[in-house]
Amino acid sequence: MNGIRFTGIASAEELLACPGITSEERFNKGPVAVIECVQEIPCNPCEHACSSGAIIVGQPITRLPVLDGVKCIGCGECLAACPGLAIFLVHKNYTDTTSLVEFPYEYLPLPEEGTAVPCGGRDGAFIADGKVVKIKKTKHSDGTALILVEVPKEFFMDIRTICRKGVSDDRQS
Amino acid sequence: MKKTQILIVGAGPAGLCAAIEAARAGAKAFIIDENSKPGGQLFKQIHKFFGSYEHRAGVRGYAIGTDLLRETEELGVEVILNAPVYGLFRHDGGMMVSYMKDGREKAILAEKIILATGAAENALAFPGGTLPGVMGAGCAQTMINVNRVLPGGKIIMIGSGNVGLIVAYQLLQAGAEVSALIEAAPFIGGYGVHASKIRRAGTPIFVSHTIERALGKTRVDAVEIVRLDESFQPVPGARRVIEADTVCLAVGLSPLTELAWMAGCDFTWIPQLGGHIPIHNENMETTIPGLYAAGDITGSEEASTAMEEGRLAGIAAAEALGLTAERAKDIKLEVWARMNALRTGPFGQKRFEAKAQLLESAKGAAR
Amino acid sequence: MRVVKHPILPDDAAPDCIIYHDGQPVPAKSGEPIAAALLAAGVRVFRETAKKRNPRGIYCGIGRCTDCVMVVDGEPNVRTCVTPVRQGMEVRTQKGLGEWKNS
Repeated sequence: MNGIRFTGIASAEELLACPGITSEERFNKGPVAVIECVQEIPCNPCEHACSSGAIIVGQPITRLPVLDGVKCIGCGECLAACPGLAIFLVHKNYTDTTSLVEFPYEYLPLPEEGTAVPCGGRDGAFIADGKVVKIKKTKHSDGTALILVEVPKEFFMDIRTICRKGVSDDRQS
Repeated sequence: MKKTQILIVGAGPAGLCAAIEAARAGAKAFIIDENSKPGGQLFKQIHKFFGSYEHRAGVRGYAIGTDLLRETEELGVEVILNAPVYGLFRHDGGMMVSYMKDGREKAILAEKIILATGAAENALAFPGGTLPGVMGAGCAQTMINVNRVLPGGKIIMIGSGNVGLIVAYQLLQAGAEVSALIEAAPFIGGYGVHASKIRRAGTPIFVSHTIERALGKTRVDAVEIVRLDESFQPVPGARRVIEADTVCLAVGLSPLTELAWMAGCDFTWIPQLGGHIPIHNENMETTIPGLYAAGDITGSEEASTAMEEGRLAGIAAAEALGLTAERAKDIKLEVWARMNALRTGPFGQKRFEAKAQLLESAKGAAR
Repeated sequence: MRVVKHPILPDDAAPDCIIYHDGQPVPAKSGEPIAAALLAAGVRVFRETAKKRNPRGIYCGIGRCTDCVMVVDGEPNVRTCVTPVRQGMEVRTQKGLGEWKNS
């Protein structure tokens, strides 16, 4: 069976119908938030995190967040605000051949900036190598690291994480 | 004997919020809890909470717990810890609570009592289920997030409600491998976004699967799982063995209702809320006048709704003492509006209906 | 295994006291439950059942199921999931129902 309720992964159809994902045209214009929120759950911090007023949840708070691609300036403030870690920032035309994908990451160890890392999809499986451009960890994000990876452009809507490493040695006593 | 106006049993999210509202209204409030620290299960919740931004959604659970403790302290609420309550009786027109403290029996008289005792995790019976390494998901969560100890390295999570999904994620964060999450129903019970987190980390989720047995002599070495058909029967030949040293059970919660039974409250049976629930009205008052219930004891739900129910019970109890008469009505309406909002959508609707059924049964209950 | 470094929480404190498990020293953190110190040291079997000598370990973690009871400083049936450690504490695997020192 397909779909988030059966697999834990939003299906292509669910993403297509998702009001938090903007148009192909908008992706071509510059960095933009991708809100992969496809179930009506009681939650609205994203709406308040957006200083541009680009995200609307409204009432009741179980409504799906709607992204206004015109208002979204691609700042990424909403990423760490989402308790579901379901918001990503995508800069499709970062270079001619690569895209920049930013996602929240709450595991150790964090990769090093500038290094190549295996990047994975919504099921965690390896898709392609990417380069860690930046790691953001601000007080505002409350412990959630935001990782920016440069990846082959064809995977801008597929890569959503770096492949998580196993138990790190530095946490064993 | 000690005396107080409002006594709250349980210092979790519901109990703390009840105390805060009662004390704000000017009542003398007292909390009693069997644990060595207040906060209930809040301090092991290290994820950002859902809900409404105005009410601390997006903030991690333990930070909310810290704030609630500071508020209770500022308001002068007394908290007795390491004190299991074992009795609740009518006494002298009021009510009396008996508890153990430092090996001695003690008692407090109260005009109003709020039961915020919470819930306990359900067990699951299967061969090998008593082997060391099989434990409640909440137990594992306390170990990793509060005591900072991994209960094992390779974990199988049973149950895909929010508890199973969140604890699986937090075990991954603590450095464990979660080899699989299995769910007997044909679909995932909790929020998809929580499921997506563990899928991105590489943990598979098997719906329509159950645990057949845990293998091992003195501890869990492996787990045999089996696929289930539409009538929840094992499919022959659809078994597989997964190596694991730990099995976490996240198969629901049952309200801790002993004190409500002892007090003689009328109960109703609502499976969606976890079984037998003390009937209460829109003020969270049970069928025993002056005895209130709030949080998971009235049906296991989220911490966000437990806090709202606690506030409601605290205000209502203070109001019944003749305090806050003007403001009480408005605050209660606000709390109900927030709770109803939390209980909308495909996940909240069933609870909304179950709670409505509970309130309906209060109308029919003899007072 | 201790979770010293964590992506969200601050670094954990180091053990600051010693308890004894069946005579062997085990490092522990003041105030943590006995069960936590034992799990950190890799101990899984906390007791053996009375009739069949089957192993039992921590199960509920909130002091309700009593599967984790051990003999602590000579006193049997102590719930190790809710009893904090103390420097020098003697914790023993409980065999069956346990015997009191003075009985």
